[in-house]
Amino acid sequence: MRALAFGSAYVATFAAGWLRPVQLLAAQWNEAAFGAKAVADALNNIGATSIADSDQIQLKAPEIAENGAIVPVEITSRIPGTQTIYIIADKNPQPLVAIFDIASNTEPFISTRIKMGESSKVRVLVKAGGKFYVTSQEVKVTIGGCGG
Amino acid sequence: MKIRAQIRGDVADVKVLMFHPMETGLRKDPITGDVIPLHFIQHVVVFHNGTTVLDAQWSQAVSKNPFMNFRIRGAKPGDKIAVSWEDNKGEKASIETTLE
Repeated sequence: MRALAFGSAYVATFAAGWLRPVQLLAAQWNEAAFGAKAVADALNNIGATSIADSDQIQLKAPEIAENGAIVPVEITSRIPGTQTIYIIADKNPQPLVAIFDIASNTEPFISTRIKMGESSKVRVLVKAGGKFYVTSQEVKVTIGGCGG
Repeated sequence: MKIRAQIRGDVADVKVLMFHPMETGLRKDPITGDVIPLHFIQHVVVFHNGTTVLDAQWSQAVSKNPFMNFRIRGAKPGDKIAVSWEDNKGEKASIETTLE
């Protein structure tokens, strides 16, 4: 009896903590935007038709990345109501790198590492209140990180 | 997969390391010369006590063995933070930690 009770509790925990999250993957992967080979097409496919420059987005990336396979990128948005953060590496074969949908109780902050095929502008877009904002930085890449 | 979470005030600072080749589909096997097929994590979802707090879509241009650092407000000791990923081949992995 005790073993059975433990078993049920275990199953409940397992279902809540592990199985459900995988099934709850919410957003449909944006194949059109990720497949786009031109920055303009990627922007169109995420719905960013009008974009304002903003000094309220902080992008920390190296000016020179020795290894294009590992370029650290840290983003902080100070735009109220930040819903989504996008990373775009202009000269990558497919420029859109990542989309982060952020809930209201998550800080508009992301740190990750991306691959860059060659020296390029890195753009960070923020969607807030349905509008798009952008900041960008040039990153020089010594050794490209896509093929090889 | 590895996860490390620290609470500062009511904010949980969470660092996650995923183990995945993140193949671009552009690399060739150095011995056979065959192209290594595209294989990458497409979706990463973060849950705070079961509620989605971060939903990410990725391309193959996120670095191999992806690292992600994010911060969740309104966190307290005992809360559970879970991270799940799914790749373009339907492979999945999850990890969960309890805040201390």
